Amino acid sequence: MFKYFPHTKEDINHMLKELNISSIDELFGQISKEVLLKGEYDIKNEMSELEVRNYFRQLSDENQEMVVFSGLGLYDHYQPAIIDAITSRQEFLTSYTPYQPEISQGTLQYIFEYQSMIQALTGLDVSNASMYDGSTATAEACFMACNITRRKKVLISKTLNPNTINVIKTYLKFRGYDFEFISSKNGVFDVDDLKEKMNKEIAGVVVQNPNFFGLIEDYSGVSEMIHEYKSLFIQNRDPSTLGVLKSPSEDGADIACGDCQSLGAPLAFGGPTLGYLATIKKHVRKLPGRICGYTTDSDGKRAFVLTLQAREQHIRRSKANSNICSNQSLMALYVTVYTSIMGKAGLEEVNNLSYQNAHYLYEKLLKTKKFFDPFKQPFLKEFTLETTISHDLISEALFNNNIFGGFSLESISSEYENLINFCVTEKRTKAEIDKLIEVLEGLS
Amino acid sequence: MSYDKLIFELSVPNRRGYSLPKENYPTYHINDLKNHLRKSELVLPEVSELDCVRHYTNVSKKNFGVENGFYPLGSCTMKYNPKINEEIAKSLSFTKLHPYQPVRTIQGALRAYYELQVALSEISGLAEFSLNPYAGAHGELVGLMVMKEYHLSRKDFKRTKVIIPDSAHGTNPASTTVCGMEVIEIKSNELGMVDIDSLKAALSDEIAGMMLTNPNTLGIFENDICEITKLVHDAGGLMYYDGANLNALLGKVRPGDMGFDIMHINLHKTFSTPHGGGGPGDGPVGVKDFLVDFLPNPRIKKLDDYYYTANINTALGQISSFYGNYLVELRAYSYILNLGKENLMNVGKLATLNANYIRNALKDDYYLPIEGYCMHEVVFDGLKDNPNDIKTLDVAKRLLDYGMHAPTIYFPLLFHQSIMIEPTETESLQTIDEFIRVMKKIAEEAKTDPELLKKAPINTPITRTDEVFAARAMIFSYRDYLEYNKE
Repeated sequence: MFKYFPHTKEDINHMLKELNISSIDELFGQISKEVLLKGEYDIKNEMSELEVRNYFRQLSDENQEMVVFSGLGLYDHYQPAIIDAITSRQEFLTSYTPYQPEISQGTLQYIFEYQSMIQALTGLDVSNASMYDGSTATAEACFMACNITRRKKVLISKTLNPNTINVIKTYLKFRGYDFEFISSKNGVFDVDDLKEKMNKEIAGVVVQNPNFFGLIEDYSGVSEMIHEYKSLFIQNRDPSTLGVLKSPSEDGADIACGDCQSLGAPLAFGGPTLGYLATIKKHVRKLPGRICGYTTDSDGKRAFVLTLQAREQHIRRSKANSNICSNQSLMALYVTVYTSIMGKAGLEEVNNLSYQNAHYLYEKLLKTKKFFDPFKQPFLKEFTLETTISHDLISEALFNNNIFGGFSLESISSEYENLINFCVTEKRTKAEIDKLIEVLEGLS
Repeated sequence: MSYDKLIFELSVPNRRGYSLPKENYPTYHINDLKNHLRKSELVLPEVSELDCVRHYTNVSKKNFGVENGFYPLGSCTMKYNPKINEEIAKSLSFTKLHPYQPVRTIQGALRAYYELQVALSEISGLAEFSLNPYAGAHGELVGLMVMKEYHLSRKDFKRTKVIIPDSAHGTNPASTTVCGMEVIEIKSNELGMVDIDSLKAALSDEIAGMMLTNPNTLGIFENDICEITKLVHDAGGLMYYDGANLNALLGKVRPGDMGFDIMHINLHKTFSTPHGGGGPGDGPVGVKDFLVDFLPNPRIKKLDDYYYTANINTALGQISSFYGNYLVELRAYSYILNLGKENLMNVGKLATLNANYIRNALKDDYYLPIEGYCMHEVVFDGLKDNPNDIKTLDVAKRLLDYGMHAPTIYFPLLFHQSIMIEPTETESLQTIDEFIRVMKKIAEEAKTDPELLKKAPINTPITRTDEVFAARAMIFSYRDYLEYNKE
């Protein structure tokens, strides 16, 4: 028959005989004829494994792997070989949600380790076991703030990634919550505008750091301003940069969220990545999603289980904190292995190398006099410049040299006219960076 | 004694597991960021590569996957996850693509998305799918957003209520709340089916639609499905199909043909992508023609042989950063191409045959609350002859000792001792016979050695856990753990 169906004709006959029927179709006898499928699907015929492999090779050849000099929420960091080796193990890959802890300690333990690492990076108290991506994690953080404060409006910094803003907007709109933007000034969020818009109706304030332009924002005095109104301070942070930048906890944040792709996951055309969501202990019961906790087994041995499940949909149904069920568990293992192998020193080095590469490119580009920095703010690995060169000309020249980025932000929104995004990670070689400079220098 | 270390406990100061390129531009340094730098301590493991590999290899041994043994977890469709799918997802250019690359450099990626979308539409009898939702529950939410947007577009503002049978998955009512709508729960009849009178009573001009799983969560096909969809449609509502149980219908029935307008598919169930210990899956949402314009942005479209991305004004908005769990989508498409139409036609049949064979073989030992054939899964309500009051939990735990994963237990909620068994089509007669033998043996042990079952499992890496302690102690990180041990 077929390789994934082990039934021989004899097996089927034996089973039918046990059931006292003469054909499998009898099992579907109760289904009315009007809904039964007549004929076959209009789908390709069976392919051999070789044909499937060739088919996808052909699709793959229709793509072009490029040298990535852009970020915009996805970062081309290096992935150590051991990540794939470990995450490919079938024990992790093919298991279900760890509902039977006795035979799921593998998954539960790495979730506990993942939560511990997110706890350490953010400095907050408790992380859940993962969300779908950084944008949905941030939308859920807004829901948390509304749920905790019993208010219905959030303030969103205009310097968030537009994808994150769009997802938050969709989530808020359908749930019946409201939002207002905090405007930006010199490429970073405008603290005066925040001050003006804060009031007792605001459930939470969402900022991103480094922000969409790659710029580092300063939150001195911000948490006090927000907490004065008993609102929540929500930070969307690239967790890789938390190895060196001030932690959400140091900024006085109540909730930290973001996308963990930068910690060991490939670009993968945007997914799968995973979102993280962490908060202070006081709010743990309002956290959505799965949480893993320490306990012991009946012999007193260390064990881990999913806990505080009364927050979740399978127990609370319509009154649950969120509808999330499946999350991005295996991607949390990517993060755990990556963070284990890099450690604090490795994260520092990754950030320092990215910083050096990015700043070298930045200075070289300014020197061409064809690019200008409209913001003049500190940045780490990602930055945004203005140029008078036509964006089409830039993208064509880069394409011809198989380079992706600088990326014209105009294609994301007309608000960003003339702005070009660059990002340089530790992966980019001197030769690649110099090539990019050479290509851009030659344009006018 | 099984392995019992946390990665943090292997840490030795100054040990390294990574190697990075040398600095090229030492004139710059991250310390130039001064005030923006972190001052607080950061405790992460410091381990060698071998420490790390060995640790996670040992940790993995405490897990049970589909390749370890039979995994009859009801409602989860734990079928075999083909290896070719993994190869395709990982070995080609797709992993290295940035979604903002020029469209001409991502034609293959866009085409795979588009072709999978078309195949799912054909299998479902719907017009178009968005693959952007990340999981089943995310798909439900997005599907409900489509439903809400449809009524709003017609200025029918009253329609804020969604009918959901009491037998539904918990995600259905939870998704409804998150979508800002109200749940109207209706009772099932004694067969676990939608009670037509209750449905009629719930219908009004405030109904946005109804969510339904078919076969339902008891593994039974709703015979009255045509009448149900007609009643809801006549009342002005839309029908949402929860695709969690779609495997049963592959090759037999298409949701669109039953009158459903919107649905999600769990690629990680029906289309063989691995569950990854709870994700990533993918929850594509499909709709009938009149709802296509509401699907979330970004969309992937085709003009002649050219594929491109588009944001559409009438869309409900954006619900993901990009195109969903893309590598999961590739795996599902690989599965569909491998099987082709001939074999896809047989999935539901063989899954249903396996489930009914188990149903028939265990009906003398376990209590069958529902008469008649089941579909792809069978629900028992605990042991039949049970003088020692052995619970379903004990049966499930004892199964672990025999090297099998437990079925889903205590769901559906309609029965007190539910055991929900879903064998899938990829399991052989020999595996299923072995499962039946073990289940019968456990039924026997329940009479002869009840204490053994109450303390089961005994052959697993750990024994039963203290969940009350976990909820009370609230130890969620290594930091908490160290603090707890200090006290």
